[in-house]
Amino acid sequence: MKPDDPNIKWIEEPRLGLAGKMYLPLVADGLTTTFKHLTKSLLGETVTVSYPDEEPKIGNPQIYRGVHRLNKDQAGRVKCVACFLCATACPAHCIDIIAEPSPWPDREKYPQSFSIDELRCIYCGMCEEACPVDAIELTSLYNLTGRSREEMIFDKEKLLSVFDMTKDKEPMQSPALGGTAT
Amino acid sequence: MSAALILEILIKSAVLIGGLMTAAAYFVLLERRMAAWTQDRIGPSRVGIPLTNWRLWGLGQPLADGAKMMLKEDYTPAHVDRRLYILAPLAILAAAIAVSAVIPFGSVLPPMTIGGEKIGPIHLTVAPGVDVGMIYVFALSSIAVYGVILGGWASNNKYSFIGGLRSSAQLIAYELPMGLGILGVVLAAGSLDLERIMDYQANYGWFALAQPLGFVVFLVAAFAEAARLPFDLPEAEQELIGGYHTEYAGMKLLLFLVAEFLHMIVASFLIVILFFGGWHLPIITGDPDAATVSWFTAIARILVLHAKIFLVIVFFMWVRWSWPRFRFDQLMNLAWKIMLPLGLANFVAIAILYELRKVNDPTESSLAWTVGIIAASWLVFAVAWLATSLSNPLVTDNRPRRDLSAAGVDSQI
Repeated sequence: MKPDDPNIKWIEEPRLGLAGKMYLPLVADGLTTTFKHLTKSLLGETVTVSYPDEEPKIGNPQIYRGVHRLNKDQAGRVKCVACFLCATACPAHCIDIIAEPSPWPDREKYPQSFSIDELRCIYCGMCEEACPVDAIELTSLYNLTGRSREEMIFDKEKLLSVFDMTKDKEPMQSPALGGTAT
Repeated sequence: MSAALILEILIKSAVLIGGLMTAAAYFVLLERRMAAWTQDRIGPSRVGIPLTNWRLWGLGQPLADGAKMMLKEDYTPAHVDRRLYILAPLAILAAAIAVSAVIPFGSVLPPMTIGGEKIGPIHLTVAPGVDVGMIYVFALSSIAVYGVILGGWASNNKYSFIGGLRSSAQLIAYELPMGLGILGVVLAAGSLDLERIMDYQANYGWFALAQPLGFVVFLVAAFAEAARLPFDLPEAEQELIGGYHTEYAGMKLLLFLVAEFLHMIVASFLIVILFFGGWHLPIITGDPDAATVSWFTAIARILVLHAKIFLVIVFFMWVRWSWPRFRFDQLMNLAWKIMLPLGLANFVAIAILYELRKVNDPTESSLAWTVGIIAASWLVFAVAWLATSLSNPLVTDNRPRRDLSAAGVDSQI
């Protein structure tokens, strides 16, 4: 790198004024800033919460990336058409689908089994992006725990039950595809 | 030495050491809570009484911390110098506790009768009336540096060693301004005895008011001596992992950490005793010259002293999150180029002022002279501060020089 390289941007440090040289005004400045935060926290306006006693507030549940769910359509059937786009998009390879010919006339295939390894998942939301029928969605459930690795592999029933659990609080997205979001 | 006197000293030592240790433990909790509040967090608030749901705002946390430290494996790495490694935390803690022998933790207790025996007024100092109290404090706080250097050396680890080196350089540098800050106080009070310095302030006004320059110099030096931010270079985590105690674990680490807090507590004691009048607060702490005190006055004095110390410690913790850490060359510049001249200026000004007073006001009773000295020393403070900041600001320009770079001279790019 040469000194006269036009890509180098030379920045002149601002010169210290009298207040800066005296140091005391800056000292007071620092103390004031921390004092404001101290009083704010003592009045209870902290950004953290006492977690198990108090649930954290999630800004926008629609865009939060928590546990997955498999959406159901109006008839209560799984919306998934077993196209494998989500499994293909998944960078962690945590989605496993076994497809079968569909018993319903409106689609060719449906997932006979659909499982997500929640421990392998990196919660990137690519599956949600890839899905052409908005069947898979990420909910705002963040406190996911289990006692064993096997328990953390969510099968179709479990993912559908997550939908039943969260459908009232978090309506399905994209009305164009049959969602109920407003 | 009678048995009663020995008993009295033993009781006072027990109260003092017990109090200091408890205080150190709870100041750790306070420090963590203050840190949390400054960063808009809640902080440790859950540990209360074990096996119950009583949280008590986290007041059980120090016990949990202590139990954790004691139950940890007391691991000694194979590459250390074993004897010095064990000696270092002992030296630093012993020095920190021994310093408190001459530090008053109250005024006096009135005479009382216990079991038919009359016990005279008890001075609330383990070793009362030590005429060289200040020198003793200085000597022992220098020994504390030994612990740090020994720890750094014995650990046989680069980071620990650099921490120890930094600590020794820093403490030697700041011993001087600290001494100069105290010199003005000693000169004015005419004694090295801490109790007499407090008595003097009760009569003639606090030294923070009468010697602002000495106070600022001493305050900065006290922060550096206690190795608190913004002067915590011996253990700057971002640079040195843990500094001199990187290789320590379990109880030995606990001793280091407790000693660190004791340093801060002792520094706060000194700041309050030397510059904020110790137990003195107008009106409620009684007549400072009276031979005996009532129980109310005695207890009021103890409470006032400890309230002041608490406030100073809160200030220590508040400062910790307010300013960034100094770089080492800035630290040295501050000590040698700014604090030392300021301390000298304060010393000379105070010497002249008090000599003038002695000549013109031999009984030292004129209010005009007391006010005049305060006004003059504030003037000295303003002039000296302005002069140092204009002539020698704490600025080191180590940016690459654009003119040299453009001319093709090999520079720091």
